Amino acid sequence: MYKITKNEQLSENEYDFWIEAPRIAAKAKPGQFVILRINEIGERIPLTIADADSSSGKIRLVFQVIGKTTAELGRLTAGDSILDLTGPLGMPTEIKNYGTVMIVGGGVGIAAILPIVKGLKLAGNRVITILGAKTAELVILQEECRNYSDELIITTDDGSLGMKGLVTEAMEQVIAKETINCSWAIGPSMMMKFCTLTATKHELPIYVSLNPIMIDGTGMCGGCRVTIDGSMKFACVDGPEFKGTEVNWDEFISRMRQYKTEEENCLTDYQKAQVKNHG
Amino acid sequence: MVRRSRTKTPIAEQNPAIRKSNFDEVCLGYTIEEGQAEATRCLQCKDAPCIASCPVMIDIPGFILSIKEGNMQEAADILGKYTNLPAICGRVCPQEKQCEQVCKLGMAKNFEPVAIGKLERLVADWALENQDFSKLRQPNTPKIGRIAVIGSGPSGLTVAGDLAKMNYDVIVYEALHDSGGVLTYGIPEFRLPKRIVKKEIESIEALGVKIETNVVIGKTITMDEIIEEFDACYISVGAGAPNFMGIPGTALNGVYSSSEYLTRINLMHSYEFPKYDTPIKQSKHVVVIGGGNVAMDAARSAKRLGAEHVSIVYRRSLEELPARIEEYHHSVEEDIAYHWLTNPIEYISNDTGDLTGVKCVKMALGEQDESGRRRPVPIKNSEFIIEADTVIEAIGQGSNKVLLSTFPELKLTKWGYIEADPKTGETSIPGVFAGGDIVTGAATVILAMGAGKVAAVEIDKYVREKSQTPVTTKV
Repeated sequence: MYKITKNEQLSENEYDFWIEAPRIAAKAKPGQFVILRINEIGERIPLTIADADSSSGKIRLVFQVIGKTTAELGRLTAGDSILDLTGPLGMPTEIKNYGTVMIVGGGVGIAAILPIVKGLKLAGNRVITILGAKTAELVILQEECRNYSDELIITTDDGSLGMKGLVTEAMEQVIAKETINCSWAIGPSMMMKFCTLTATKHELPIYVSLNPIMIDGTGMCGGCRVTIDGSMKFACVDGPEFKGTEVNWDEFISRMRQYKTEEENCLTDYQKAQVKNHG
Repeated sequence: MVRRSRTKTPIAEQNPAIRKSNFDEVCLGYTIEEGQAEATRCLQCKDAPCIASCPVMIDIPGFILSIKEGNMQEAADILGKYTNLPAICGRVCPQEKQCEQVCKLGMAKNFEPVAIGKLERLVADWALENQDFSKLRQPNTPKIGRIAVIGSGPSGLTVAGDLAKMNYDVIVYEALHDSGGVLTYGIPEFRLPKRIVKKEIESIEALGVKIETNVVIGKTITMDEIIEEFDACYISVGAGAPNFMGIPGTALNGVYSSSEYLTRINLMHSYEFPKYDTPIKQSKHVVVIGGGNVAMDAARSAKRLGAEHVSIVYRRSLEELPARIEEYHHSVEEDIAYHWLTNPIEYISNDTGDLTGVKCVKMALGEQDESGRRRPVPIKNSEFIIEADTVIEAIGQGSNKVLLSTFPELKLTKWGYIEADPKTGETSIPGVFAGGDIVTGAATVILAMGAGKVAAVEIDKYVREKSQTPVTTKV
């Protein structure tokens, strides 16, 4: 059992957890993830490790409620435990001094870029961070990202905070005024695809973190397979980070909707049961 | 002279028409009376050939004699000397290629061999019901040493059980949330009930073995830490990385590896969705590629999930089918269809990326290959399409690189498996032993257990010798 020590609600549907997991906290590196299962009847879901504190033996998970499991997780609070937590999984981000780097986070993907922003800043890079979300209240972890960034740009779809528009427009502005040596983009697949197109147009290397459907997360089923530069890779062990230009985006996006109906029904049933039990 | 029945004592099975829509065990097992009747068929040979062809060399005539005499506890004690997982082996061993193949009764004209596997199962099931696990606990004497076992499949559980009996402190590390390896995520409930696997693992824990789940060696704990903290370790991580044929359309929705399909069903209980949270595709037309036990398991599972039509595509013929013949017969009884001498060449889809069919080519058997099997070759212009909304590739597994890639010092074979001495389980690194599928490639449960038995003896020898080596000071 893994105890939740802190649960903070960041927005209407986003939560920030700290969980006791000393072994994972001791090994976690930026870019890695965990697989968790809430209880005996639960499914296994992957979540990026947003932060880790080896001295207190805790890891931080930030997630968005998108279906039954995340909805159930969001109802847990400090003192509750989850049954299974495995990690750290996947290959870490290559943290080194590249010079100037640009890191783009969209929506809940902002939590996934936080350890990369921090790692790259501590490695001596000049860090330019772009955070994008639909509205101001969804721009999570702003201050923490700002602490490790030389420049922080915020974009919102409705203009309620920072510049109105898409993260790709902010990318264009940054590229226009200075030389960037390497870049990262983590967020919804469409956003990552378009960030890749923008970076490629300017011959800027870009890494993305793929979030396909996973079961075991240790390379034994191939459920998370993705086509990278024409060959099959398992995102859980070969990734989740890949060069954006090498990802077969259409295939990736198509595979994401495999269980759409089942997922929707499962969430509806759960919500109905919640209303019945708790009013 | 006793007149022996020519045929095996019949065993109760679930009716095919009913069982093809449930996940309950197909074979219901012998009653004690039926077992005693079958036990009287054993010739009690002096140089029993059945013992020599059992990978863990069980005293087969011995435990069968105890059954005949009605002494189930004694039969269980005899089994317990040789195997830690008899309820599992009695169910999943390919006895027709091992102990039962050489049974002298079976050699006689018109006689079937003694049903050794079914008798082993009878005794083991009796023991799981009636045995007091607390009696298994080893005396609390100072331990000889600490051993780490990596992977809780049949090989790792065997090593762990044997070393605990030899008075070692044993910790088993398992990457998944449940122990048992392929027994838990691979072999379906209708062949190997999970309550049997759980109980058998509890009997190993009762020996004092600690199992820690959710630990991925190489990630959660490194091999350097294992080597530092333990007197020796045994790597038994299996051959768990799925192979894909790599034909066009492999990424389409509806294409599964058998590993994923069976893990969803067995480990995650997706056949009970939405009571359990893990979904699985509801299919009408399922095509399974391959001819091994895993292909049978996948096809029979798909049928039980409600698929109207399930067929198996195999590139050779029935004669070469690697699956157990009992499983093949069960599958036919459950309306699984077969396309012999057929190979898929492409998965085809509609414009939304969902699978609609499997394009296949007919094959003919050509020259013998190095394994002695005739090599299938495609017949020109014989392409045809099988309608399918789900395809499951069950074409074998390879070695998983998660541990190996983080431990480059360990010597591997050219196929990527661990190089280990088959007589001892020793690897290129002193104190690091290995066995089971990660050494041999995908094989059987009983061979993995046999490797574990050998390694347990060698690990004991290694630790004792190491602790006796006097510390010499260089002058």
